[in-house]
Amino acid sequence: MQEGQSDPGLYDFAPWRGRPKIVWPQGKTVAVWVAPNLEFYELDPPANPLRKSWAKPHPDVVGYSHRDHANRVSHWRMADVMTRHGFPGSVSLSVALCDHIPEVVEDARQRGWEFFSHGIYNTRYSYGMDEAQERAIIEDSIRTVRAATGQTIRGWLAPALTHTPRTLDLIAEYGLDYTCDLYHDDQPTAVKVKSGTLTAIPYSLEVNDHYGFFVYNMSPRDYADTLIRQFERLAAEGEASGTVMCIPLHSYLIGQPHRIGPFEEVLRHIAADGRAWIARAGEIVDAWRAQTTGAGA
Amino acid sequence: MSLDPSYLDYPRRRRGMDHDLYPWSNLFERPPIAWPGGAAVAVWPVISLEWFPITPSDTPFRAPGHMQTAYPDYRHYTAREYGTRVGLYRLLDAFERIGARISVACNSAIAERYPELVADIVAKGHEIIAHSTDMNGTIASTLPVEEERALIATSLDTLERVTGARPRGWLSIARSQSFATPRLLAEAGVAYMCDWSHDELPVRFQTDAGPIVNIPLNHELSDRQILTIQQQSVDSYAQQMQDAYRWLEHEANSYGGRMLPLHLTPYIMGLPYRIDAFETLLAWITQQDRYWIATGTEILRHGMSAPR
Repeated sequence: MQEGQSDPGLYDFAPWRGRPKIVWPQGKTVAVWVAPNLEFYELDPPANPLRKSWAKPHPDVVGYSHRDHANRVSHWRMADVMTRHGFPGSVSLSVALCDHIPEVVEDARQRGWEFFSHGIYNTRYSYGMDEAQERAIIEDSIRTVRAATGQTIRGWLAPALTHTPRTLDLIAEYGLDYTCDLYHDDQPTAVKVKSGTLTAIPYSLEVNDHYGFFVYNMSPRDYADTLIRQFERLAAEGEASGTVMCIPLHSYLIGQPHRIGPFEEVLRHIAADGRAWIARAGEIVDAWRAQTTGAGA
Repeated sequence: MSLDPSYLDYPRRRRGMDHDLYPWSNLFERPPIAWPGGAAVAVWPVISLEWFPITPSDTPFRAPGHMQTAYPDYRHYTAREYGTRVGLYRLLDAFERIGARISVACNSAIAERYPELVADIVAKGHEIIAHSTDMNGTIASTLPVEEERALIATSLDTLERVTGARPRGWLSIARSQSFATPRLLAEAGVAYMCDWSHDELPVRFQTDAGPIVNIPLNHELSDRQILTIQQQSVDSYAQQMQDAYRWLEHEANSYGGRMLPLHLTPYIMGLPYRIDAFETLLAWITQQDRYWIATGTEILRHGMSAPR
């Protein structure tokens, strides 16, 4: 990015009208990907000078135990529903989960899910890091995920969405292909970086389960209805344009017993519709690059 | 700018949890729980019974639901008292009509101030869970340990004196603990606490004063979370509890007994415009084939799976 400039210079402006159409495999109109955040939060993390980890003095029992529910209960509830309806995950991973609870990571690997980095812990933030420190967490991410899963990470979602001005340049330099941190479009976009090639894949905050339940205070059925409306619109528009829909999840939210049933109906709906190319993030980036040379739009 | 180098040290990055309170465990790989009568879902109603002094304390923090206006905050003081005088009896009547014995998480100040109310609860066989002293009795790590120990003792001793039985369970205000709380509760002889929502069955914790069990009283399913914080309707609340029940009942077929905690607040659920929908939900539960309405102590007795 252009540090200090009023326009960070992340990408070229491209109006929604008049773009070349993206054609997804089998003529599908919308590429749908599910992004479970598999995270580990620390009970007593060190303080970052620019952001508090927990709202309360440590231990924040409600905050910590809510998130620990993911790794004891709700991961399997969410993952089984996804597998049942044919949705692989593209995992936003706190890579220290590979050390703490490898069973969760191994379960995801066995389901054929793709891993990208969401930092070391979701209680360690990038704000304030110097370049060497930021390189250390990128190298740690690559090394840790490779050792645990055999996969080489291709993407990045900044830990707790904390960035520095050099993050995108660095992940591109290390050969990562996509970022999930930019929310400007319903199609992939070329990101301007100093070296390498970086694609912004549409993730979503608006239909993220965290926003649905804790920003917009939706009921489980209202959130399910929101996802179906999002899908219906993007599938219809995609006939002319080719769109991407991401469903970003946290199992400790969507895997609660009052929410998982309505959510299963969403996956059933999308799988039965016929217009969705249900894919992993890397496959979507590859398919887009193959028809745009990665620099288009 | 750069961060202190220690920010990239991870001394507790290791196999298992980043603390020693409990080991990791996968709910779906544990030996199945068998509830009495072959029940699929243990429904655990817990009513929080609270007294808010009109002189609120912010040390260590102000409790949820506490006074909000400049002194004297008649509106919140009396609206909370409405729950205790009226709403609680609506909830008790609803449960007693279906023959259920439930848990009541009670400030010890309630027992001192309104002993006849506590006698009504105990006479029907409901269980009293200790719920601190009054709503100024919040706990966090900024509270000196000696003060926390005294607060726990005052609550337990007072409730024992008034009810004739020492409470076996503990619920902290806002589920907020210090690092010392599990140990202090174990030291005080408490059998179970309800503050951690990390699991859906009872989980054993280890402390320097011995073990204590946590029975999860899921805050996400509470009337405060759904009605007051998320501002959803009571009809939506009832539907969400039904959706949760159905899912858990289905899971029980494959994985053994499940739990559905119903955390209720008299000044929230006991209002005239909400109580009908809640009674309808209870009636729906009693029409299910394999429900069991239980107290915390009953869940503790049947809900610990054998160590693996």
